[in-house]
Amino acid sequence: MQHLANVGISILFDGLAYAMILFVISVGLSVTMGLMGFVNLAHGAFAMAGGYVTVSLTTRYGVPFPLALAAAFVLVGAGSIAFERLLYRRLYAAGELDQVLLTIGLAFMAIAGYTFVYGPEPQSVKVPGYLGGRLDLGFGTFPAYRVFMIAIGAVLICGLWYGFERTGLGARIRAAVDNRAMARSIGIDVDRLFTLTFALGSGLAALGGGLAVNLIGLTPTFATQYLVLFLIVVAVGGLGSIKGTVLAALVLGVFDNAGKYLYPDGGGFFIYAITVLLLLLKPAGLYGRE
Amino acid sequence: MAASKPDLAARARAAEFLLRRHRLRAAEALPWLAAVLAYFVFPGHLVFGSQLLIMVLFALSLDLILGYAGIVSLGHAAFFGTGAYTAGMLAARCGWTEPLSGLLAAGAAAALVGWVSGWFLLRYRGLALLMLTLATAIMLQELGNVRADITGGFDGLTGITIAPLLGRFHYDLYGHTNYLYALAVLFLLFLLVRRIVYSPFGQALTGIRENVRRMHALGSPVHRRLVVAYTIGAAIAGIAGGLFAQSNEFVTLGVLGFDRSAAVLVMLILGGAGRLYGAFVGAAVYMLLEDYLAKLSPEFWEFGIGLLLVLTVLFARRGLLGLLEDAGRHFGRGAPR
Repeated sequence: MQHLANVGISILFDGLAYAMILFVISVGLSVTMGLMGFVNLAHGAFAMAGGYVTVSLTTRYGVPFPLALAAAFVLVGAGSIAFERLLYRRLYAAGELDQVLLTIGLAFMAIAGYTFVYGPEPQSVKVPGYLGGRLDLGFGTFPAYRVFMIAIGAVLICGLWYGFERTGLGARIRAAVDNRAMARSIGIDVDRLFTLTFALGSGLAALGGGLAVNLIGLTPTFATQYLVLFLIVVAVGGLGSIKGTVLAALVLGVFDNAGKYLYPDGGGFFIYAITVLLLLLKPAGLYGRE
Repeated sequence: MAASKPDLAARARAAEFLLRRHRLRAAEALPWLAAVLAYFVFPGHLVFGSQLLIMVLFALSLDLILGYAGIVSLGHAAFFGTGAYTAGMLAARCGWTEPLSGLLAAGAAAALVGWVSGWFLLRYRGLALLMLTLATAIMLQELGNVRADITGGFDGLTGITIAPLLGRFHYDLYGHTNYLYALAVLFLLFLLVRRIVYSPFGQALTGIRENVRRMHALGSPVHRRLVVAYTIGAAIAGIAGGLFAQSNEFVTLGVLGFDRSAAVLVMLILGGAGRLYGAFVGAAVYMLLEDYLAKLSPEFWEFGIGLLLVLTVLFARRGLLGLLEDAGRHFGRGAPR
């Protein structure tokens, strides 16, 4: 019995760590999609870029892991501004099909580019010693890396919630998500707001990608492999809702992880079945606006 | 209620308009001539040729759904895969090796999936529809993985044997029979699709694509029309999948994957959606480029197709055929409408 409880707790714990990755990567997608209605299938490619930046910095240049993560956030976030200005901007008014095609094209190019530079084999990242072992939390010992992930996720959730709900910038973003035309007409520069959130979202995706290397691995197909999962988190949670993204990431992360442990062959099926069912009932997601 | 005189005249004009659009043009013989010619000129490449014809058929089925009815689907491979597994499993598991009835079964199974899923999904638009079509296809893929004992899972379904076509024509290593078989099926289904898109039903689909609110206001049964179009498109995609399984004698769960849904979308957009022959041009360019570039290096291929897609969206939104049309107009002859 004791053993069973331990297994249960460790599955739940793994699921939580996994959910944090899903949240950190998806939240930017959710806000940018909510803000501009832009279907960005290249979001996974930004996360992947973060993963490769982290790998390169830690293994090739010996940069400490936390610093490499911060660098991934800044570099990818800043780099994404160029994409937003040059490419995405042209298609804000276009239909979702055009946006899908453009961003699939970018994702393909990213996959090819990273395969060319890094090769198709999985990459690993050097994690500092204090994150390598196990940590005693009083009710059990857990891998330190997962504890670290959950802690980062919790801090980010709180930080984003505060920024979104309690600051002027967050209020402007929420206003623009709710009603873009009205936000414009009261003098909010929605375009600049979007560039800013886009950079922030891509940076967070890169951070998530860097964190994910040690947990789910990194190959050049990362850009599309997990994309469906990110999109599902966004769609289930509801566009532009941080609360919804947190909830969807937790539920999907924990269930997907548990399903893979307990029922390795069919675990994936239930996630998608639940998603379809939920979207049929609430097409705008749990906390989206109809 | 008797129709008044101007009403009759208007109807006659509308009928004349539809007939004029429907009329065959000389240029339409070109792809078919090319396909027949290829049979004699490239006898060593017929295996590739039949793959190409199958992808043309697959892209054509998406053209009906996306190009005409305006339904943006990220899960069109669901129907291709359903057809492929139906034809494959009939032959490998049930010993049903007759190809034509296997193909019909593939189409019927895919139509059923299309009808049921379409009835639920086509009430939605935008992101919800994208996600629902995507998730449905992946759900089918996972379902195939759950029952890997029957489907062969990601390792693939082997042991598909196909009886001689019509009891006479054996399948040979060089793909002569397969090529002509695929070409004949494509031709017949193309005629069907062409008929559909120029019919009043096809006009209604275009209307829904262009302005769904207006079609609702006109009293058009929008949902029913979309479901019918989706079901027909699914059936054709299923037949393409059936052809794929029969000609390769091998299927893996990859046929249901997002990659294949994306590939067919890319082919159609590249050629030009909503213009029937876009499927031909797009699939041909895509497959030839793939064949050529992937031999050099798979990364070149993937990068090339990504770049092509970005350029198409930004500069040639109506596809290669649209570019050709523009060029024709530019040089003063004026492309025929």
